[in-house]
Amino acid sequence: MPHAAVEPMPVAAPAEVQPRERAPVRVTRGTRTSAAALAAGVALVAAAATLPWWAPAEHASSWMHNFVEIACYFVFAMMWNLLAGYGGMVSIGQQAYFGLGGYAMLVLANGAGVNPFLAVPLGALVAAAISVPVSFVAFRLAGGYFAIGTWVIAEVFRLGVANVSAVGGGSGTSLTALRGIEKATRETATYGLALACAVAAIAAVYLFLRSKRGLALLAIRDNEVAAESQGIDVHGMKLAVYVVAALGAGLAGALYFVGNLRISPDAAFSVNWTAFAIFMVVIGGIGRIEGPIVGALVFWALNKFLSDYGTWYLLGLGLLAIVTTLFFRQGLWGWVQQRWGWSLFPTQRRLET
Amino acid sequence: MRAAVDILVQGLLLGGLYALFALGQSLMFGVMRLTNTAQGDFIVLGAFGAIAALVALGPLVPAPQLALVLAGLLLLPAAFGAGYALQRGVLNGTLGRDPLPSLVVTFGLSIVIQNALLELFSADPRSIETGGLNTASVTLPGGITVGLLPLAIFVLAVAATAGLQWLFGSTALGRSFRAVSDDREIAELMGLDAKKVYGLATAIAFVLIAAAGMLQGMRTTVSPADGPVLLLFAFEAVIIGGMGSFWGTLAGALLLGVTQQIGFRLDPGWGIWFGHLVFLAVLVLRPQGLFPKTR
Repeated sequence: MPHAAVEPMPVAAPAEVQPRERAPVRVTRGTRTSAAALAAGVALVAAAATLPWWAPAEHASSWMHNFVEIACYFVFAMMWNLLAGYGGMVSIGQQAYFGLGGYAMLVLANGAGVNPFLAVPLGALVAAAISVPVSFVAFRLAGGYFAIGTWVIAEVFRLGVANVSAVGGGSGTSLTALRGIEKATRETATYGLALACAVAAIAAVYLFLRSKRGLALLAIRDNEVAAESQGIDVHGMKLAVYVVAALGAGLAGALYFVGNLRISPDAAFSVNWTAFAIFMVVIGGIGRIEGPIVGALVFWALNKFLSDYGTWYLLGLGLLAIVTTLFFRQGLWGWVQQRWGWSLFPTQRRLET
Repeated sequence: MRAAVDILVQGLLLGGLYALFALGQSLMFGVMRLTNTAQGDFIVLGAFGAIAALVALGPLVPAPQLALVLAGLLLLPAAFGAGYALQRGVLNGTLGRDPLPSLVVTFGLSIVIQNALLELFSADPRSIETGGLNTASVTLPGGITVGLLPLAIFVLAVAATAGLQWLFGSTALGRSFRAVSDDREIAELMGLDAKKVYGLATAIAFVLIAAAGMLQGMRTTVSPADGPVLLLFAFEAVIIGGMGSFWGTLAGALLLGVTQQIGFRLDPGWGIWFGHLVFLAVLVLRPQGLFPKTR
């Protein structure tokens, strides 16, 4: 269904014509599915938020650790979906901001004595700030060349950080700022932060896409030239999406290394972060908010049961992404949506008379 | 002065190898706007293909250099066939206005190749046995000594560039390459089978990729995880040179080689970084590349 913008058109009616009787038109956004999804989502978040109180003591620590990890992958994938699926900018270089977020958090916490948990959002802001000048270089390229160009930029950051001895050079360093904090407190705080980040990522992307600017973004994705001709500031919009995606990627990175306590350039700027995000989004369904959610669940399940097989697991993940792209381009959720018409996060507007 | 000339010569020879990495990329992008993100992994696959062929030939052919020639004779036609099959079977289905499908599929292939090679050959770096060819050297007029193999690679790169330019400019196949590149629909109306033309372009690109992989394995070592770095070098050469010209790609590769060589001399840790920076500088100052040419 096309996304129809409904705005009252000011029509100057000639004086002698009586205004016609019009059926009352109502614009609706939600569906019964989306209301159910919202209720289920609230219940899930409430259950997750109280986990430290109800989880069996022997499992709580590992459950929370697992959740933090998957939340980082998920937030990162959500942002890649925003960038590529909605903004049309297919990047293989988002690990640049993941690593920058992580390192900025570490420098703020270890070096400047900022509380590490406060340093997480600050690290994300640093990544976003760096993305503004970087965009001047990256936006010189389009399409496939943008993808590889952003990868080169990520490598520039990786090699650059690897040569800075103050943060441990190539072998990395530890987050010593968390030393004084008790293990249980640290784990619970990291877990709470991870949950907040995941919920905020979904809410921010959803509200943005429902807004007028979200509509402009979809128009740009569908046809850049046509969108520009309708008065949409294409360049400004793309820049905004790029910066927000960098902010989210930086948040995921900072969060990951608060949970991990150790950082190195090869881990922080690894192209695997973007590879996993691409696979999650493509398998779940690109260009829809449900995509990264479904993708993250699939990824988590495969990881849990097959990660002992190492190389075979990655090989299978690569093949799954290829097969999905060739034969089910809409991904798992796209198929569900076609089959049953479900949409958990409806962004389109419908007219009801 | 002597040191400067030495750096320049070594850089140009390194650039020759990069040109061979990049020509296949340049060809595929030129003909069908396809960005092959698995370019580097296919180069590594070519090198391991040669290593596997040599292992199989080893007991039959005692002379290592003869075995190398035979391995090449096996590998290059196989690469031609594999490239054609890959394009017809998989990549043709991903082409279109949206770059995403081809990027995801080639990126997926990259992960698949890396992990398959890791499983088959382990993570150890390997090299191709050349029977002493890789240590032989010649002294150029002026007293600079260069390796025989790097010099041969450089000559091959120039020959391959000239060959591709000739193929593109002066043959019926080249004309069909240019036609589908300019406007696929019109070319098809004129009776060209675009899918077949794309298949042939990728087949030729894969011959270059396999040759580049084999030479990389002979010159230094290869390991399954090397692909992405090789892809980035190939890509940088294409962009620095300017899209749409094979001579531009060669020039871009040579510039990249010289830049990295200078960087390595200044500080071994910064050589590749320096090359990346020059690439980004070209992107900012001259986004159309140094030698752009619209075909």
